[in-house]
Amino acid sequence: MPDERHAGAMSDDVIQLERVVKRFGAFVAVENADFAIERGEFFSLLGPSGCGKTTTLRMIAGFEQPSAGRVLLDGVDVSNVPPHKRNVNTVFQQYALFPHMTVFDNIAFGPRSAKVPKAEIDRRVGEILEVVRLGEFWRRSPSQLSGGQQQRVALARALVNYPSALLLDEPLGALDLKLRQALQIELKRIQREVGITFVYVTHDQEEALTMSDRIAVMNKGRVEQIATPRDIYDNPATLFVAGFIGAANLLGGTVVRADGHGGSIALSAGPTVEAVLEPSLALKSGDTVTVMVRPDRIRLAGPALGDAQAPRIAGRVETLVFHGPLLRVDIRTASGSIVSAHLGTDVAIADLRPGDDAALTWDPTHSVVIPDYKADPVSGIGATEGIEST
Amino acid sequence: MVRPATRAGRIERRIARAERGPADAVDAGPSRRGRRSTPYLLVGPGVAWLVLLFVVPLGSLLVTSLKTGSFAEGFETAVRLRNYSDALSESWEAIKRSFVFALVATLAAAAIGYPLAYVIAFRGGRYKGLLLGLVVLPFFTSFLMRTLAWKTILSDSGTLNTTVDRLHLFGALEFLRLVPEGSDRLLQTNIAVIGGLTYNFLPFMVLPIYVSLEKIDRRLVEAARDLYSNAFRAFRKVVLPLSIPGVMAGSLLTFIPAAGDFVNAELLGGPQQTMVGNRIQSRFFEQVDYPAAASLSFVLMALILIGVLLYARLLGTEELTG
Repeated sequence: MPDERHAGAMSDDVIQLERVVKRFGAFVAVENADFAIERGEFFSLLGPSGCGKTTTLRMIAGFEQPSAGRVLLDGVDVSNVPPHKRNVNTVFQQYALFPHMTVFDNIAFGPRSAKVPKAEIDRRVGEILEVVRLGEFWRRSPSQLSGGQQQRVALARALVNYPSALLLDEPLGALDLKLRQALQIELKRIQREVGITFVYVTHDQEEALTMSDRIAVMNKGRVEQIATPRDIYDNPATLFVAGFIGAANLLGGTVVRADGHGGSIALSAGPTVEAVLEPSLALKSGDTVTVMVRPDRIRLAGPALGDAQAPRIAGRVETLVFHGPLLRVDIRTASGSIVSAHLGTDVAIADLRPGDDAALTWDPTHSVVIPDYKADPVSGIGATEGIEST
Repeated sequence: MVRPATRAGRIERRIARAERGPADAVDAGPSRRGRRSTPYLLVGPGVAWLVLLFVVPLGSLLVTSLKTGSFAEGFETAVRLRNYSDALSESWEAIKRSFVFALVATLAAAAIGYPLAYVIAFRGGRYKGLLLGLVVLPFFTSFLMRTLAWKTILSDSGTLNTTVDRLHLFGALEFLRLVPEGSDRLLQTNIAVIGGLTYNFLPFMVLPIYVSLEKIDRRLVEAARDLYSNAFRAFRKVVLPLSIPGVMAGSLLTFIPAAGDFVNAELLGGPQQTMVGNRIQSRFFEQVDYPAAASLSFVLMALILIGVLLYARLLGTEELTG
């Protein structure tokens, strides 16, 4: 994974993973995780269940020891240091609040274990209760709180210790959509307010995109890409990332011309398109690739040819779905592939009907070329993947 | 620093009540009457069973305990409270001993049972079922057989007795008042009876503790460890308090039958180990003094009840059911 931070400014990395491997018997849960998390950063580990994201988090927390490699906290190797001696705190899935203690005692648990003086504990707990806006609930027991309130107690219980980093394991997973969205904003506000590094595990791509400074996308124990949300969305490095984050049209093709930065690709869906070829990919004529185009970058092409450089795919309208803010159009090409476009609602519905002939086009710079050697052997090449998940 | 939950709390409760509202309003359809009688029909057999086999015999026992006369001359129904004062004064030593033995046996069972239940619940993995089975397994043989087996194990010429003697441990046992002064044998001593009681009632301690430990979310322990607690503090602050209901239930299930037991004292003890159960038994079978046996039974029952109530008061009633 490209990570220029590794060599330089060491002091600003709160967490460093160096070639970390975790095996459970013959099963490799995490394979060669090698990245660093900066101070004050909101860093997400994103991937489907079983991808190794929670195991990675548990190794940072100290609940699991790496089978190989090192975990560094504030520049110190903590690979074999037990959790209670690491200055990171975890917000657990389902919160894991102590049911036999009040909100106050739950939050004061960490400072009391660390033998912080009583007056200092009272001050800190009061302060953090204000930050999470639970001031009046200090005497309640966790069972008397709603899910969202329990979530905030869990957050306060971790933050009150002023950890070097806060580790969050799908903290919003148990909540309904509305509350989850409200708490996403709340979490982001708290993170800005306290300025603590957040390491956030989630399988929800939207959550990761809206909240993170950087995202590490994981799949089957491997880190597929680490980048900003915008970069992950615009320039997915692998087919898995392209398919997992946002909706994507994944069109198979073959390089027919490659020179320097550009080239042409013959799509199996029909036309040959011009595209930017990253020199680092070292593609040459004859290589099989996948061209990824986000549906929201595709628009209807007029009857005229227009810009000769722009790709153009013609077909028959298969489905039209009105999603509110957008209109989804799927067209089936002569070769049988489906290409999906998310059109603005300024497109009059009357212009399109299922069965009509239509053509789609997009700006050539919006084609992302992913070489097939980076393909995920299992997920194959679908014409469209994850279209529903925008 | 923090304000008490007054107004917001009230409002929240009001909202909660309003939300519960519709669910509480059961529809008043035609079958409502039939549905309402169903619970009573369901508890019927249980109530009948209890009335017939518990309330009626208890009443009969009460009547017997107040009777006058003797077996030879016949018993007559009366209200002879003297039976009770006699029972208390004649058997006071045995009653005291029963409670001390039962208490020590309960403590010993907890000391042995808690770590056992803990290991099975937290470290048992896929062998949990097997290990629990092993705890219960000896109880497939009869109570009497097992206690007789202990008599053999503890016998004067047995390995255990000679080993204790050779290691000069009798002095220590004597100091703890578990054997009488100058004793060189285990049988017919306090330790034999207490040991027998502990052994026989151990599963009643282990199983409830196991259940309460098994229920504890493992992430709570991780949370405590994450919050700067070492393994011991995590146990003391999280696991132990959450397993107290199991310890309480186990203690009651051990203490109550142990206090009324007579088999262990009969087989493993001597004249100095007579428990109240033995007194009741001898009043009933040997002296055929039914009123004395009945009144002594009531005294035992009342004392255990008082003990249990004090215990519940001490540790909080919700823990008993919790």
